[in-house]
Amino acid sequence: MTFFIQVFIEGIALGAVYSLVALGFVIIFKATDVLSFAQPALAALGAGFICYFATEAGINFWLSLLIGIFLTGAVGLLIERTVLRQMVGEPVFSVAVITIGVDILIRTFLDDWIGDEPRFLGDSFTSYGNFGSFSIGEFNFKYLEMAGLFVAFIVILLLNLFFKKSRYGLAMLATSFDQETALAQGINVGRVFGLAWFIGGLLAAIAGFVFTGGFNTLTQLSFVLALRALPAVVIGGLDSIPGAIIGSLIIGVTQSLAGYYQYSIEEYFDINLGLGFSTVAPYIIMFFILLVKPEGLFGTKEVERV
Amino acid sequence: MLSVKNLEVVYQDVILVLKGISINLPRNKVVALLGANGAGKTTVLRAISGLLDIQNGKITKGEIIYDEKNITNSNPSEIVKMGVSQVLEGRRIFSEITVLENLKLGAHTNTQNFEKNVERVFDLFPLLKSREGNIAGYLSGGEQQMLAIGRSLMSEPDYLLLDEPSLGLAPKLVDQIAELVLEINNLGVSVLLVEQNANMALNISDHAYIMENGTIVMDKNSLELKEDEDVQEFYLGLNSNSTERKSFRDVKHYKRKKRWLS
Repeated sequence: MTFFIQVFIEGIALGAVYSLVALGFVIIFKATDVLSFAQPALAALGAGFICYFATEAGINFWLSLLIGIFLTGAVGLLIERTVLRQMVGEPVFSVAVITIGVDILIRTFLDDWIGDEPRFLGDSFTSYGNFGSFSIGEFNFKYLEMAGLFVAFIVILLLNLFFKKSRYGLAMLATSFDQETALAQGINVGRVFGLAWFIGGLLAAIAGFVFTGGFNTLTQLSFVLALRALPAVVIGGLDSIPGAIIGSLIIGVTQSLAGYYQYSIEEYFDINLGLGFSTVAPYIIMFFILLVKPEGLFGTKEVERV
Repeated sequence: MLSVKNLEVVYQDVILVLKGISINLPRNKVVALLGANGAGKTTVLRAISGLLDIQNGKITKGEIIYDEKNITNSNPSEIVKMGVSQVLEGRRIFSEITVLENLKLGAHTNTQNFEKNVERVFDLFPLLKSREGNIAGYLSGGEQQMLAIGRSLMSEPDYLLLDEPSLGLAPKLVDQIAELVLEINNLGVSVLLVEQNANMALNISDHAYIMENGTIVMDKNSLELKEDEDVQEFYLGLNSNSTERKSFRDVKHYKRKKRWLS
């Protein structure tokens, strides 16, 4: 049982980090109607920036962390201004394909810089005794995972506050409900689009750091981790913020449980699930959820008067 | 004064919707813009408030002058900041958030006087005050229209463009809206009222334009228009010379059209 709880908590922590990328997806989709497949590349890029400033440029790690995150946000803004602004009003599909192009473009340059060797990010999560983990009673936690859980929690709270209280948060909500009416209120919709991409970039970079920090290291394949936010978003419903979070938690827990219990399952049913089953498991969950609810678990219902 | 001069608008590069329209909206007046469906009334409002772009429309000729400043093709947020606010047709409130949040959005360009403006809106629409925290989608139709108007007033406009405020409302509520328009006008806001309900519009406006097929066919004082034989027949549903009911079957379509051209 202890083992199960620990695995479960690890899954939640993993899911919380996925939810950061997933929230980026959803915020961009809600505000601008663009399905951004560039999020994984942005996550890897964020990690790349942090790595560059902390190791090659020799800046203090925490400062590099901040610079890296904001720089990635700025790249998001840049993508919106230069590439996607021209595509406003074009079919959703063509715009989505463009974001795939952006994703490949960013990763090409990034991979060239990363090279073949895995890179440490220059953080000190590796040195906190016992391979970056600590124990509470019988439980054993990784610092980085718990930090991810904590950061995700804080970020989600801040986002919630932003949408509820701030002028532009409300404007972003309004734009997602009805763009034309938002325009009629004098909301600068272009600025809202840019802001959505900026936030998307920030979130991706934060997740990118948690994925690659400590012993995880940044490699040419790091972006794959962020790609797993996609089934999370699909499960939760493309336009639902709580959906993105819950979908991510489902993915995280599934992946974690599948990873640790694969051997027992194989033995019990006498089957061979093969290598990397934990990576596939989330997609199986996604498949079954989509069979029952094609719009995702939380595809928002519109309030309508009868 | 807000004036539209010789305005020509084309949708999707080929559909000529406005064929040279000129309208004047003097300060502190209510001006009505009447016309059948598809005449181009809403397009005039869109052109003024800069919302053509999103509908793939373009101003190809003419200009829009706001107190001697040319605001043709300015972007919507600048226009709202200057003091022109449009209430879109069909209320278009943000139904998933609260009444107060809707009002906050209306004040997007004008946050410094928020308290004062909310006070003003609640004075005009006391009902909204009691619904302040409710989800806007659960308001009744009339309340939603009031919210839409109130939301536009939050930016402290000098010119309010109202697009069919009586749409889908019971006669009693239409009277109420009419009174509200006058009250808003008394606060020093000029109103350009687009309406299908010609009777109501002519009753509360100082001046009226009648549009047909993208051109202005009549441009007169509202009182004079109300007395006009054609207006009475086609817009007010009155029979000019007798009390007996009139069947439109007897009126040849081409005839109806021809009379307007004269």
